[in-house]
Amino acid sequence: MKKLILLFILITIFGLSACTETAPKTRAVYMLLDTSGTYTEELKKAQTIINYLLGNLANGDSLAVARIDSGSFSEKDILHKVTFDSRPSRANEQKRAFKRKVDEFVASVKSASHTDISGGLLQATEFLNETGASEKFVLIFSDMEEDLKKGHVRDFSIPLVGIKVVALNVTKLRMDIVDPREYLNRLDMWEKKVLDGGGKWTVLNDLERLENLLKV
Amino acid sequence: MSSSNLWLLWSNNAGVSTGIWFIIIVTLMYFGRTPAHEILRGLARLLRNGFRYTSRSINSLSKRLQQRNKEVILTAGKESTERLIEREFHRVNAVVERDLSSYPALHRQISDSINRIEEDYRGSTETPPSPPAWLDAVETIAKIPRTGDPTIGRILDDIHDTIERAHKDTLKEYRKSSLGRHDLLKKMLPAWRRLSQDLNDVKSTIEGIQERSKIIDHQMETYEEIRQGNDRAARMLTSSSLTQFFISGLVLFIAIMGGIINFQLIALPMSEMVGGTAQLGPLSTADVAALVIIMVEVAMGLFLMESLRITRLFPIIGTMEDQMRRRMILITFTILAILASVEASLAYMRDLLAADREALTQSLAGMEIVQAQFRWIPSIGQMVMGFILPFALAFVAIPLESFIHSSRTVLGLTGIAVLRLLSFLARLCGHIAFQGGNLLVNFYDLVIFLPLKIEHHLHQRQQLNLIKAEKPDMKKLATDKKKTESVKSSDGVHTL
Repeated sequence: MKKLILLFILITIFGLSACTETAPKTRAVYMLLDTSGTYTEELKKAQTIINYLLGNLANGDSLAVARIDSGSFSEKDILHKVTFDSRPSRANEQKRAFKRKVDEFVASVKSASHTDISGGLLQATEFLNETGASEKFVLIFSDMEEDLKKGHVRDFSIPLVGIKVVALNVTKLRMDIVDPREYLNRLDMWEKKVLDGGGKWTVLNDLERLENLLKV
Repeated sequence: MSSSNLWLLWSNNAGVSTGIWFIIIVTLMYFGRTPAHEILRGLARLLRNGFRYTSRSINSLSKRLQQRNKEVILTAGKESTERLIEREFHRVNAVVERDLSSYPALHRQISDSINRIEEDYRGSTETPPSPPAWLDAVETIAKIPRTGDPTIGRILDDIHDTIERAHKDTLKEYRKSSLGRHDLLKKMLPAWRRLSQDLNDVKSTIEGIQERSKIIDHQMETYEEIRQGNDRAARMLTSSSLTQFFISGLVLFIAIMGGIINFQLIALPMSEMVGGTAQLGPLSTADVAALVIIMVEVAMGLFLMESLRITRLFPIIGTMEDQMRRRMILITFTILAILASVEASLAYMRDLLAADREALTQSLAGMEIVQAQFRWIPSIGQMVMGFILPFALAFVAIPLESFIHSSRTVLGLTGIAVLRLLSFLARLCGHIAFQGGNLLVNFYDLVIFLPLKIEHHLHQRQQLNLIKAEKPDMKKLATDKKKTESVKSSDGVHTL
């Protein structure tokens, strides 16, 4: 009988320890939109991706969309950011508001003279680390051709530990068609930069396969 | 020194070194043959005995478990039969209270009916007809001749008429009284019918009690068999218990499915109340809250069934005072009704959230938001389901009780089967170990077959040499024998 009581107490203790409140598994996504040159024409595709994200992110997840322009390491470049409420009805309202903001931006976007991808990436890491999410993603919707303003310093390693960087819709430039090695070298350079920072690197050009987007 | 260096100790050539090692090993094995055989056989015997002992212990445990299981089955059967007999007695008591308690009144009613019939019968007794002297007088007066005085004739006629009239009056009176008697007999008819009906009622009541008494007799026979601990009774109860186990298991499975549907109905709207992000262990708080509601409903159902004395999982509830039990019935039913209402409202909220989600998805996909027609039908359906399911879950207590009771038997039977299998495996292992020892001894001899063959050959030659060495002595012995016999025979002749 004593053994039974002891067993019951042990089971209760283990049960209670298993039932303690734990941090939920949340995801945080930071999407960078390239607004330089003619790439703005591609932003319609970015809208589809954002809608996909809004449809798939759950309560407690975070989403931010920022533009890449001449100097992207700035909060001013964040178009909209949100952490979805724990109540489904409120989260749905937030998603609707987010969609409206993105639609307005796409409708009124102006081309930037320079492309500061590294600055945007650095800004993204700051946001993602602040969210404290368990899964962090940076989605870069760009041709990955960096064009820094004179005087901007970006040749250093960006800390990307625990962050998955996905390059989306990396279009081929005119020079890439002439010499494809340019394109490959450009991707290799970014891969090296991400891996050096401790992150993970993926390229996703086929936007029909968005289901793989948020897989760690 | 590594193993490869050790292997190539005798020569750098692996083949040669292997050969030398083989010879050394075989030689050592040959000289150590007898103790090695003894060790192998001893080990095999040790293992066999160990396994046999294990098998015997397991067998004994299995028998003890079987005995215990039989006791459990018989006790459960005894309790169940006691309950059945008790219930039958309650029914008989109810019949007696309902029908036979009014027996004195019925008896009085029947007596009254009989008295009334008797009185009516007496009243209807036929009065004797008018005496025949009247007829004679009339006849005599009619026969008197009318000769002579006409006055006398007239007087006689008057007397005759008067007597005739009186006779007619008497007949009339008689008919009247007959009619009255017939009326009385007619009045007796409903009293007869009433009497017949009352007697039929008594008959059906008595027959019902007789049937119940037959059932009680049958149950008592079963009870007696169980009390005596017959194997037949144990087998019967085991079979019944297995059937109960599978049937209650099936019903519980259906209930679990119902519980899952219930969970699906309230889990999403729960996140609107407690938030959808917080987690308790591997589950979200909303899911845990939904599960808690379902569990509370099941618990309330259990208490309700216990209070109604349908199940007997908690003896403390069953033995409560009737007033307290009634209070408990009221409280548990009220809580169930409140939870059912909460579930119905949550189900409605779930429908609203689903609609909102659908609209958002359509908007994100760039589609025009379309309001579905007749959306109120699934909404009402979900609400009704949310209200009914808690009450349906309350009845889980009945199969749960059967399942718990029968699972004791099933677990016991499974335990016995496992122990028997273990016992068999232990015996098999013992046998394999013993035969394996013999096999190893043979294998040992196979490895050293060459020196053994040489030894055998040498032994044979040694024996042949011995035989050859012994042969001349044999011849000499034979000649000596012959000589002795001839001497003996010559002595005999001399004697003769």
